[in-house]
Amino acid sequence: MNPLALLHPFLALALAPLLLGVVNRTKAVIAGRKGQPLLQLYYDLWKLLRKGAVYSRTTTWVFRAGPMVGLAAVLVAAAIVPFGGWPTLVGFSGDLILFAYLLALMRFFTVIAALDTGSSFEGMGASREVQFSALAEPAFLLGLAAVARATGSLSLHGMISSVSVALWTQMGAALALVAVVLLVVLLTESARIPVDDPNTHLELTMIHEVMVLDHSGPDLAFILYGAALKLWLLSALLVGLVIPIRSGNPWLDGAAVLAGMLCCGVMIGVIESSMARLRLLRVPQLLVGAGVLAALALVLVLR
Amino acid sequence: MNADVLLILVVLTNLRLLGSSRLGACIRTTAAQGILLGLLPLWLHADNFTWHIGMMALGSVVLKGAVFPWLLFRAIREAEVQREVEPFVGYNLSLLVGVAAFGVSFWLSRRLPLPDAASSSLLVPSALFSIMAGLFLIVSRRKAVNQVLGFLVMENGIYTFGVGLVREGSLLVELGVLLDVFVAVFVMGIIIFHISREFDHVDTDRLSSLKD
Repeated sequence: MNPLALLHPFLALALAPLLLGVVNRTKAVIAGRKGQPLLQLYYDLWKLLRKGAVYSRTTTWVFRAGPMVGLAAVLVAAAIVPFGGWPTLVGFSGDLILFAYLLALMRFFTVIAALDTGSSFEGMGASREVQFSALAEPAFLLGLAAVARATGSLSLHGMISSVSVALWTQMGAALALVAVVLLVVLLTESARIPVDDPNTHLELTMIHEVMVLDHSGPDLAFILYGAALKLWLLSALLVGLVIPIRSGNPWLDGAAVLAGMLCCGVMIGVIESSMARLRLLRVPQLLVGAGVLAALALVLVLR
Repeated sequence: MNADVLLILVVLTNLRLLGSSRLGACIRTTAAQGILLGLLPLWLHADNFTWHIGMMALGSVVLKGAVFPWLLFRAIREAEVQREVEPFVGYNLSLLVGVAAFGVSFWLSRRLPLPDAASSSLLVPSALFSIMAGLFLIVSRRKAVNQVLGFLVMENGIYTFGVGLVREGSLLVELGVLLDVFVAVFVMGIIIFHISREFDHVDTDRLSSLKD
């Protein structure tokens, strides 16, 4: 096996919390604050892992399984997502569907763990999360289908590694549309503004945060780490599509994608600082709009 | 940047019109579409640029990008309407209809026997799509302003068709059409003002209940 294939999962495991640190630092700088340390999430995870977990008597094994299954699903996903042109641990024709449904499995277990607590508050968040992701999923799959058609490959590695400058000059418009769709899906899936505000703890507006209120200790650490990894993987996909540098030298390519990831974190921070959260009723419209753009991209590459 | 990018931007402005409820944003989007289409002949006929293509581009950019928005903004300011509250067809559904219409226009453009090959493979589909989107706006919205915009979008579609396919002698026809559209928008702007002054609203569906 190519040792490079192992490098991306390790890189993701090590650097995913840093990406969130970059987002938070960007937001702090724009707001004129000093901000939390870049490595804050590592400290939080370390703190949470040393604590004990508290379980309500009304919860069952589902509540305890939620964070573990979620983290496991996203770890498997890390094995199939390519980092630029680097090879992946696992790759086969059609693994983009596996990727979409690993994320769905993660979400499903977060949702039923939230429902298992019996709190109506968490049920509300679960309902919203499922509603929005049901709309984000067709957009994501249609967008990836457009890239698959453009590159002639059905595996994530094949798709991302054959994105090149030539492909961008040939069908740049369709790829740009897919990039916008992936950005919207990234913001939705990782619960960022304009869909959800990661900082808010106001009951009427929370989506993702509300579902994990009852988790504590290592369980919460798993959830936070899983969310950071998910953000990393979706960003890697977006950056792999947008930065078409495939020089053949793996270190050069890797450095370009790493720089792209940094820019992606800064961009998310800028979006969060410059936009307000959308009203809940407007979010489906944003997602339907993303789906429409994905369909448009598909029509453009099919012609 | 080539003509394809311009045409995709036109398609995106159509989708924005189908999905937006704010009349001000809709007017601005239509203005942007007019400017994009005004620039289109400059790209399509870049190799044989003549003064009358330049004149046509300038005229349509000024008219569609500045004069029409000004007239329509004046109309909504005087009628005091800001947004389309209850359209006949909702915005999400309108967007989906838009995508379906885009697919249909691609299918139609394949089957359409054209005398002269279009210079861009996106030209005929986006022209047909503009016509369909404009027609859909006219039938699915209540506010008179949106119906004027639908009419303008339809005209933009026909203009795209003409610019792409007709090579010679299109100047007179285009100027004539532009003049007609100008008069139409001018008159419609005045009518919107009068409707809102007489009836305190610009919902066209409520006019059908008028009896003499």
